[in-house]
Amino acid sequence: MTIDVFLICLTILTLATFLGLELITKVPPTLHTPLMSGSNAISGITIIGAILVAGMQGKGVFVAVFGLLAIIFAMINVVGGFMVTNRMLSMFKRKD
Amino acid sequence: MSQAFPNFVYLVAGVLFMYVLKGLSHPRKAVRANQLGAAGMTLAIVVTIAVAVSSPDIHGIGYVLIAAGIVIGSVIGATFAIRVPMTSMPQMVGLLNGFGGGASMMVASGDLIASGSHSTPFLAGSTMVAGLIGTVTFFGSLVAAGKLQELKWVPSGNVIPRQQLVNLSLTIVCFGLAAWAVYNPAVTIWVFWPMCLLAAVLGVLSTTPIGGADMPVVICLLNAYSGMAAAATGFVLNNNVLIIAGALVGSSGIILCQIMCKAMNRSLVNVLFGTLGPAEGSATADEVYAGKVKSASADEVAMLFDNARRVVIVPGYGLAVAQAQHAVRDLTNLLESRGVEVEFGIHPVAGRMPGHMNVLLAEANIPYEKVREMDDINPTFEQTDVAVVIGANDVVNPVARTDPKSPIAGMPILDVDKARTVVVVKRSLSPGFAGIPNPLFAADNTLMYFGDGKKAIVDLITAVKES
Repeated sequence: MTIDVFLICLTILTLATFLGLELITKVPPTLHTPLMSGSNAISGITIIGAILVAGMQGKGVFVAVFGLLAIIFAMINVVGGFMVTNRMLSMFKRKD
Repeated sequence: MSQAFPNFVYLVAGVLFMYVLKGLSHPRKAVRANQLGAAGMTLAIVVTIAVAVSSPDIHGIGYVLIAAGIVIGSVIGATFAIRVPMTSMPQMVGLLNGFGGGASMMVASGDLIASGSHSTPFLAGSTMVAGLIGTVTFFGSLVAAGKLQELKWVPSGNVIPRQQLVNLSLTIVCFGLAAWAVYNPAVTIWVFWPMCLLAAVLGVLSTTPIGGADMPVVICLLNAYSGMAAAATGFVLNNNVLIIAGALVGSSGIILCQIMCKAMNRSLVNVLFGTLGPAEGSATADEVYAGKVKSASADEVAMLFDNARRVVIVPGYGLAVAQAQHAVRDLTNLLESRGVEVEFGIHPVAGRMPGHMNVLLAEANIPYEKVREMDDINPTFEQTDVAVVIGANDVVNPVARTDPKSPIAGMPILDVDKARTVVVVKRSLSPGFAGIPNPLFAADNTLMYFGDGKKAIVDLITAVKES
């Protein structure tokens, strides 16, 4: 990782943080619990790093174990997070 | 496979994640936004599997690991999501925070072992940060979730002498090791593991002393940490969507943390390191309550509703403990059928996580238009005939307005005492998390209706029907 790559990453991080702050300020308190479970689901995006690590071959048993555990953890977040958020948000939907 | 196509898909996923947060600005748009977010995640996962499979390195065991991990994780996640009762959402979110942090830490670990040693300070630093925050989040969240689940064997309170000092030292050592790796990237592979070990201890020790009403702040903070860990892993892997998603989650946790602290009129530092308790010379429970508390039966409370035009219900954590949300819905429907206007007032820190009460009321089919925020509902108490407080204490304690020496001084509260009559449904006169007596319970216009939240409300419904 060169300093140029690092700075690009830092730029993305800064811009996304500002955008996040703007978006989340507009979330009403009534939806704060779904916001947290939904953001849990989003942080499950680590799954893509986990898949790449688990797919690396010939790096020894530790890499394989870390890769597998990381996939399991991230996948719990992705599936559990989106599903439970969906369950909660459906309760808020206006019953017509 | 060229990196261009996967990177494009990751960008699409990142945009869809932002759309999730944007959609959460209104309950009506939120369901669809959440589903689009799930679609974005699916795209990202599928394209990543394609990248892994098309890489020349992959052999049999790689396929097995990826498939097994996805299946096991999905089954566990789906089981959690379907079976968790709404009253246990704080624990569920706490656990998910931990798994997010744990996954980031393990991705950074796996990447570190696979590459043997890190060549640049930036890579070394990112790996150390991902390991540090990820580990603290994982162990801190396990303790927090265990405490919320009220598991007896989970340590609580200060478990070692001078715990705050130990935590401070651990933090300094962890950052020192990270700085060493940045200064000399070749040592990363050696200092990473001891740092993670110390971070695990730090995660546990920094969470055990925090309890009760401070829990929402910790859950939010750990939420922010899990996002930061994901972003740091994004730096390690040089992957933009990880950085974007991590930043979004991190900023969400930070904002919620701020809202919670503001609603308690305390700083984050005070919540994490301070202690809350009665100040010297403040009134004792006997002085406040002696001879002034009026207890009422279900019939007496039911009579109050007879000529009431407007009722405001204020739920607290006790409502969740007693699982009384459905009984409260029935009471609401009954009162409304008699022409009474019923609304709900929610304090930002009611419950054990932000928005916890709103979810419980939504579960009981109470329309969200009736559920109002503190600032909205407060001016209406003067026109309210009956305010019904169910299982809340500190958030309705008028001492916050009147006594500058009180531990909750300056905390914004729900002004239920301004209603014509206040009914407090509570099991006993025991103090809330702040450990102080509540003069509201002894006020002239207050009736204490003692009992378990759910049974008390059910009895009340019967009494109203009979009157």
